[in-house]
Amino acid sequence: MTVQQRNSIISRVWWVISFAALAILVAVLLAIFWFVAVRGFPALKFSLFFTVTSGLAGGLANAIAGTVLLTVIGLALVIFFGIGAGVWIVEVASPRGRQLLRFTVDVLAGVPSIVVGYFLYVALVEGLGWGFSLIAGSVALAIIMLPYVVRAADLALSTVPTELREGAIALGARPTVVLFSIAFPWALPGITTGLLVATGIALGETAPLIYTAGWSSFMPSLAPTHSPVGYLTYVVWTFISQPSDAAHALAYAAAALLMVLIFATNLVARGLVESWAARTLKRS
Amino acid sequence: MATRAVDVVAATTIPKPKSMAAQTALVRIWTTGTAIICGALVLLMLLFLFAFAWPAIKYNGWTMLTSIYWNIGDQYATGTTVHNGVAAQPGANFGSLVFIYGTLMTSILAMLGAVPLSLLVAFALVYRIPARIRPGVNALVELMAGVPSVVYGLWGVVVLVPFIGQQLAPFVTSHLSGVPFVGGAAGSGNGLFASAVILALMVTPIMVATMRDVMLAQSKALYEASVALGSTSWQAVTRVVVPSVRNGVFASVLLAFGRALGETMAVLMVCGAAANEFPSNIFQTVNTIAAIIVSQLESASTDASGIAQRSLAELALILFVITLTINIIARLIMRGTDRLGKSNA
Repeated sequence: MTVQQRNSIISRVWWVISFAALAILVAVLLAIFWFVAVRGFPALKFSLFFTVTSGLAGGLANAIAGTVLLTVIGLALVIFFGIGAGVWIVEVASPRGRQLLRFTVDVLAGVPSIVVGYFLYVALVEGLGWGFSLIAGSVALAIIMLPYVVRAADLALSTVPTELREGAIALGARPTVVLFSIAFPWALPGITTGLLVATGIALGETAPLIYTAGWSSFMPSLAPTHSPVGYLTYVVWTFISQPSDAAHALAYAAAALLMVLIFATNLVARGLVESWAARTLKRS
Repeated sequence: MATRAVDVVAATTIPKPKSMAAQTALVRIWTTGTAIICGALVLLMLLFLFAFAWPAIKYNGWTMLTSIYWNIGDQYATGTTVHNGVAAQPGANFGSLVFIYGTLMTSILAMLGAVPLSLLVAFALVYRIPARIRPGVNALVELMAGVPSVVYGLWGVVVLVPFIGQQLAPFVTSHLSGVPFVGGAAGSGNGLFASAVILALMVTPIMVATMRDVMLAQSKALYEASVALGSTSWQAVTRVVVPSVRNGVFASVLLAFGRALGETMAVLMVCGAAANEFPSNIFQTVNTIAAIIVSQLESASTDASGIAQRSLAELALILFVITLTINIIARLIMRGTDRLGKSNA
């Protein structure tokens, strides 16, 4: 056997192993989807959406409302802070400042979510005496989402063509007009994609909420402080370790619901990326 | 329809100059203010946790890093023990060596499996998958990265742990009884091995995505030149492409390692919540810093002296510092490769 023949066999064997690795990964993924679908969808009864959890049974209305509320308020916060910081990076900062903020925001993305949760527990829940509350939980989710949104805003605003800005300025537009009427419309799909990706992450978070939102089996009261809030991931985590079929069914239903919500958000985000890419291609 | 800048500007009602100056100032305050808050957040968290944990740091001293016993002390005792000027309940001892060990061991074991797996998958994805099905596979990998950790935990509790406890562990421990760290008691399925498997599954999609991007960013010319010179496609990938992107690959491994160290829920659900002892083999129960912080929530808040809560903050600080160091190194490497890429271009 020549060297070439041997090498070509080795190459082929390794590629087969690579494909086997890919197949294993896809198989595990499909196994998890299958597992959640088979156990979750039969448990997902219509009444779950309208009844609150009571003890180890009941419905998911409180958890669904809590998850939605926490995510929406978190989103509102992160839109204000994340996009503001993104605009600063692109429009205001000096090169040094730009580099510094990009770096710290990247580092923030690597902070374990439980550390964020415990920090807020010490600072807001105990320190400011807010108790387990809607606002503490929303702040936690906002911090988790922040790096994704800042990066998306930074990236999207950086792609605004210079000619477009210069054209506007030449026509007498002030900086704020350039920002709100030229740069933002251009960057909107990119920023929206970032917000959707961040929403997907926030929907699936548990660790930062345990210490901030707490848990409640009642509907969220809308009071900003001193009123714990339930959320779907908590149901998955705690109800599966309870020795009752009703509790297990709730955990599976919550998991299925979470997966559907997260995949829907991710799919919309992907679609946006593609339509955005198509639009940019058409223009150039 | 394409929007032209001219149309946009023409359609914009131009406000009066005075309000415009105010607008500009407002936008400046908004962007600069939020930028300062975002930039200072990591430092703020670090300092705040440090300040809160300070009494615990004084009370615990090196015990935190050298002792394996975590005990919030006798809550019904009258009087307190004072150590280094800080009072705690009698018998209180906060040692986290078991948790630090568990955090590192679960993540290192996970990476031992996940790194080769991710590299192989990334190779196949970039150099071998037909272009037609590549977007589909990419979408699957990204969906997998989006699965919440409690769902991995749920799967772990219901499928993986029983499989390990009833089939894998008894089989392996009986056939490899002489191998250190593998042979011995089979356990229930919860523990080091289950945690490592779950972590490996969780970080693999993240690593695949970053490794894929690093390889795609590398010019295809290297690969093609290597093949043209007579190397096999496998040689071209492993001997030419990989050395040229090794910094990026290393950084993505570090980022994933940081993620694994801080992962909470999935590990909490399958680790078996060990306390005060090390696992005798990979099938025994462990505990991690992140998991213990969650599971100690209630018991720490009952501590009359408050030192248990501050000790948890010290634990959070230890995890924070470890992951921060790893992340900063990874980001610096990535930035280095960015600069390299630019100078080559």
